[in-house]
Amino acid sequence: MMNYFPDEVLEHVFDFVTSHRDRNAVSLVCKLWYRVERFSRQRVFIGNCYAISPERLIARFPGVKALTLKGKPHFADFNLVPQDWGGYVQPWIEALARSRIGLEELRLKRMVVSDESLDVLSRSFTNFKSLVLVSCEGFTTDGLAAIAANCRFLRELDLQENEIEEKKNHWLGCFPDSCTSLVSLNFACLKEINLAALERLVARNPNLKSLKLNRAVPIEALQRILMRAPQLVDLGTGSFVLDRDSDDSETYRKLKATIQKCRSIRNLSGFLEVAPRCLPAVYPICLNLTYLNLSYAAGIHGSELIKLIRFCGKLQRLWILDCIGDKGLEVVASTCKDLQELRVFPSDPFGAGHAAVTETGLVAISSGCPKLNSLLYFCQQMTNAALIAVAKNCTNFIRFRLCILDPAKPDPVTMQPLDEGFGAIVQSSKRIRRLSLSGLLTDRVFLYIGMYAEQLEMLSIAFAGDSDKGMLYVLNGCKKLRKLEIRDSPFGDMALLRDVGKYETMRSLWMSSCDVTLGGCKTLAKKMPRLNVEIINENDQMEFAHEDSQKVEKMYLYRTLVGPRKDAPEFVWTLV
Amino acid sequence: MSPENRNYMPESDVVGLNLKETELTLGMPGETRVTTDTGVKLGTKRGFSETIDLNLGRSNVKCHDKVCDDELENDVLGGATKSLTEKAQLVGWPPVRASRKNVMKSCKFIKVAVDGAPYLRKVDLEMYNSYQQLLSALEDMFSCLTIRNYLNEKKLMDPANGVEYVATYEDRDGDWMLVGDVPWKMFVESCKRVRLMKSSEAIGLAPRTPQKCSSTA
Repeated sequence: MMNYFPDEVLEHVFDFVTSHRDRNAVSLVCKLWYRVERFSRQRVFIGNCYAISPERLIARFPGVKALTLKGKPHFADFNLVPQDWGGYVQPWIEALARSRIGLEELRLKRMVVSDESLDVLSRSFTNFKSLVLVSCEGFTTDGLAAIAANCRFLRELDLQENEIEEKKNHWLGCFPDSCTSLVSLNFACLKEINLAALERLVARNPNLKSLKLNRAVPIEALQRILMRAPQLVDLGTGSFVLDRDSDDSETYRKLKATIQKCRSIRNLSGFLEVAPRCLPAVYPICLNLTYLNLSYAAGIHGSELIKLIRFCGKLQRLWILDCIGDKGLEVVASTCKDLQELRVFPSDPFGAGHAAVTETGLVAISSGCPKLNSLLYFCQQMTNAALIAVAKNCTNFIRFRLCILDPAKPDPVTMQPLDEGFGAIVQSSKRIRRLSLSGLLTDRVFLYIGMYAEQLEMLSIAFAGDSDKGMLYVLNGCKKLRKLEIRDSPFGDMALLRDVGKYETMRSLWMSSCDVTLGGCKTLAKKMPRLNVEIINENDQMEFAHEDSQKVEKMYLYRTLVGPRKDAPEFVWTLV
Repeated sequence: MSPENRNYMPESDVVGLNLKETELTLGMPGETRVTTDTGVKLGTKRGFSETIDLNLGRSNVKCHDKVCDDELENDVLGGATKSLTEKAQLVGWPPVRASRKNVMKSCKFIKVAVDGAPYLRKVDLEMYNSYQQLLSALEDMFSCLTIRNYLNEKKLMDPANGVEYVATYEDRDGDWMLVGDVPWKMFVESCKRVRLMKSSEAIGLAPRTPQKCSSTA
């Protein structure tokens, strides 16, 4: 019946279909729907920039306005991928510019961005509104200056955890006086900033809702900025320390009074430098907070964290350091009844290993916060009993990432592997989509995952399993698996090659320090031409014997429609 | 003046000047001049190679084996860094982003001063789990002192001259407190520095508990 409607009606109906997956599904119904959908699509998500080419993107979606691109594999975050591996955004920006696409929003993750790309970007798209860069590198503040100077309608500039070379160019001053459209500005990852330019910028942008400062913004400047922007919803403080020499009590009093007027703040982060005695200044806004991120606030001790948390009764998301301790987590559990997401980061990951949280804290949280659906937990130890209790208390996990700092550590009470504990988690949280394992684990945990984790899309494995059977349980059982990343586990060619077609249903597979051999990878590459099987070989080229029986140190494979990439460096071999 | 340049010269004894005896060294009260097997004299100024280069957070070490040897044998602080060297140093583990590695605090090193001593020492409070362990460590470090425990008093004494020391610390508010009043963990969190104060000066801080005997050698 839908065929009797004019295309405009179909298009109007499709306007209500917003998620990428739903639109992808719509496009598969029939040729008519495919055509209508592709011309009306404005938002495109490309999870692997090497799976498709910019030309094909433009050919299919000429109306694209908002593009998300991801480059390097996830393990690049942990230094496992060498410099110059790839993930360059330049060809994308150049192609979009050439085709006169009306790009308005660009979101990049783990990509290499050059100043030149930013310059081209800033000049080529008159309605460009939003640039979000997450874990990117390769550019300097010159590139930011181009964005500031040329993007006349810029609403959002969000820089999250990028490596940016900072030049003495005061890029922030490049925003013209006519720039009054900013809604979101985040430069927390920079070391310096031009304070005067910042204050002027804030003063002339009354629609600013999200502002994340860096370490170079002192508390006095924060107070002045908040005076100008009491409408902020999202605040990241910079330095939260009172200079000893200044008149402490007067500054503190002014700060507290100013903060009190910021009744709209719902998300609070930053505290990149903090003096504990300044913290009470934020107590008045804690009551309204739904998101609190103190994971960079190394200067706050457990007792002060606890005092602060007691005011935050409406928290839904909490990111914190493990110095909060098990006792602190018990306070979170009794205070934050609406908590959905918790991330506990290690405050001393490479030190003597005395993490301040254990299974006790996690059980307390699960008991007090039944709405918990997303967890990232770095801890000293974990027991099966605790995980089983957590599984009973919280059945809604979508993301469950546990990192026991000591690799392959067993349950310290029973000395058993943690198979049963993780098994309980996947069995009770039927909608789990992302899982990271740690501790001592045998093939049995993978049997459970294959059996129960029907919605699992991403799995991270380290120092786990006994044999190929483990990996096979996962590949066979998890029908929705998209990303699998494995390190230091005894999985080899037998598991890799059992079901080669599986990898075309996934985005990517990473295996490092496992038992797969060069021969096995070659076989896979030969059988599956629509996979790029890349070997990262960091050793001296001469030394590496081309022996098929040689174990491969790092392998990254991904499905692609455009064949081997042409920008691979010398140390990356794409097998064919 | 590095130890390598100091050769033991028995000739000086033969000549009769006994230069060794009048040799200038730095030492804590009560320390005798001792020479180790390698000829390095304790209490002499440390050579550059012996000064500490604590390599905390070696996350970028390309280490394919599970354990890397960490060459800190000349570590004058002794056990302080042993636990770091024993721990496996793996590339990319734990899975923490680079930006977060800078957040981690280094171990809680604080200065320890002893009244009358020419220089201070540093200890890592994170290395100990109780006051007793800390005092034992201080006892080792300032070899002239021994622990005396009366009725929970935390005192150290120099048996050579009968001088008693009271362990005090400066907390984060800047106040000088008696070591031992608060639970250990609270002490670690709030302690900024330690001073072993001569008992005679510690009036007002010393506990009013009856003493079984006075300080005599």
